[in-house]
Amino acid sequence: FYRTRTRTRTQIKPDSVNSVISASAAHLLRLHQRFQFLDKDSRGSLRSEDLEAALSENPIGVRIVGAFFQQETVDFPSFVRILAHFRPTEKNRTRDGVQPDPAVGRKCPSSVAFQLYDQDRDGKISRTELLQVLREMLGLQVTEEQLQSIAERAIQEADLDRDDAICFDEFRKSLEKVNIDHKLSVRFLE
Amino acid sequence: MELFFNPFDNLLCILLGISFTVWVTLLLVFIIVPAIFGVSFGIRRLYMKTLLKIFEVRARCLSIYFSLLVNELTIIAKEPTSLEEEIKEIRRSGSNKDLDSASEFEMSDIFYFARRGVESIMDDEVTKRFSAEELESWNLLTRSNNNFHYISLRLTVLWGLGLLIRYGILLPLRVTLAFTGVSLLVFLTSLIGLLQNGRMKNVLSEKVHLMCYRICVRALTAIITYHDSENKPKNGGICVANHTSPIDVIILASDGCYAMVGQIHGGLMGLIQRAMVKACPHIWFERSEVKDRHLVAKRLSNHIQDKSKLPILIFPEGTCINNTSVMMFKKGSFDIGATVYPVAIKYDPRFGDAFWNSSKFGMVSYLLRMMSSWAIVCSVWYLPPMSREEGEDAVQFANRVKSAIARKGGLVDLLWDGGLKREKVKDTFKEEQQKLYSKMLVGTQEDRSRS
Repeated sequence: FYRTRTRTRTQIKPDSVNSVISASAAHLLRLHQRFQFLDKDSRGSLRSEDLEAALSENPIGVRIVGAFFQQETVDFPSFVRILAHFRPTEKNRTRDGVQPDPAVGRKCPSSVAFQLYDQDRDGKISRTELLQVLREMLGLQVTEEQLQSIAERAIQEADLDRDDAICFDEFRKSLEKVNIDHKLSVRFLE
Repeated sequence: MELFFNPFDNLLCILLGISFTVWVTLLLVFIIVPAIFGVSFGIRRLYMKTLLKIFEVRARCLSIYFSLLVNELTIIAKEPTSLEEEIKEIRRSGSNKDLDSASEFEMSDIFYFARRGVESIMDDEVTKRFSAEELESWNLLTRSNNNFHYISLRLTVLWGLGLLIRYGILLPLRVTLAFTGVSLLVFLTSLIGLLQNGRMKNVLSEKVHLMCYRICVRALTAIITYHDSENKPKNGGICVANHTSPIDVIILASDGCYAMVGQIHGGLMGLIQRAMVKACPHIWFERSEVKDRHLVAKRLSNHIQDKSKLPILIFPEGTCINNTSVMMFKKGSFDIGATVYPVAIKYDPRFGDAFWNSSKFGMVSYLLRMMSSWAIVCSVWYLPPMSREEGEDAVQFANRVKSAIARKGGLVDLLWDGGLKREKVKDTFKEEQQKLYSKMLVGTQEDRSRS
């Protein structure tokens, strides 16, 4: 147990992580503490079960883990890198529509959100996938008919080429005026 | 040498004899006699109030300690907004539609949940809140708090003291009572079985059953509150209740006489069953007969048609559920065409988890667990009788009864069967969020019927 802890410590190269997120050493340390807390059997990396356990109160918890943490195991640098997608943007960045910056390694927020809907990664949100998401978010609180009508309306509004599915461009269009950046960002305490 | 030990031995024997007599007398006067006559000294309620006060004081100290701990670990600045406000804000920044009239689903709604999810991964205030709540009801039974880490010496000492009291004083007392109750039941019902069938026999058997169940109730230190006793089940009817543990039977049967239904077991259980059926007609099935639904239905309907026989007690869920929800009722008992008297049983979780997880614990270890808890507190509601209406089939009738029970007991009415049994209690927070969101989208029942 002791050895694993020191191993993880030496694996953090502050520079490589810091270039991704401009967080102070204190934040990094706290994230590391959090990482260790989630890592229940101290193996130095997180499995999807550990993350899903942390999200057990979230209606779409499993979906979030599947969409954001796609690797089998997540070591600490990857953990920080993925969470960095949710750091607030600097003021001079424009809103959504900006091409993802490969140097920073950060995806644009709407593609991140698209992955939440599109589970089979075929580039489209089918009616079935939409119904699944809605069922997860609403649980047992609505009837089957209500669910169908909500999904129907959503597809009608967003599906412009009438192929009964929402592709990524249609998705982005439907979110045109939403400041997604802000809505998906989590501020670290100063 | 021998002469020296003799008087000492004698003294010891005398002391033991005296303390034993005192013990038995106390037991008799304070517990068994009231049980026979169905009166209560109110000792158990006083005990419950004292326990609650102790828990409260403990919880307050603990929550102060814990909140200090939590503050150090918070790394996220969370704005204290509700689900509805946040989702409306997400939408408002997008469309310029008039928000209040269009509470429809938007694709951007998922951002709320995604963000909450990421926040939970980074800094799990929610789980901490749950653990804190668990701590608040940390009733000095670490069983109910598996993630519990060592907090302070004082607490551990207190927990140890509680352990000592529970296992050293309460458990032997309760086991003695249980033995008394069960053996009296077997003995007296066999005696009554020798009488001729008739009114005398029925009256006596009623009294005996009630008395023995009351002793068993005291053996578990069960503090039960009965509501709406005017709706108690009558002869020729079927009493239907939600099932959390085998103790349900004792709880209901100590307030009224029922004909039990079940499978004949071997061993001690079988002995009790065979003795009980001598005094009054219970319905016990052989293992082979249980599979034959027609036979079961026939025997049940024969029983209810005889108005002199007691109401049948049935638990239609078929298995023990964890007392936060009511699962699908099996339709067999609703098909017979008798009046159904629903009963809702709700245990107070502060005093320990009464749920019997039959895959984890056997019956004996479960009973020992129950008898070494502080107390079992529950409420029983008798609902007004229901009958099957015109054009309603058994399944619909069963569902109607189930909703009535769930509503009265404050339990969640689940629509489908299986798999949901082992769900952790934490799900209710997830359900809260789902409820809030669905309220936003489709409104509540009243809104819908009005528009």
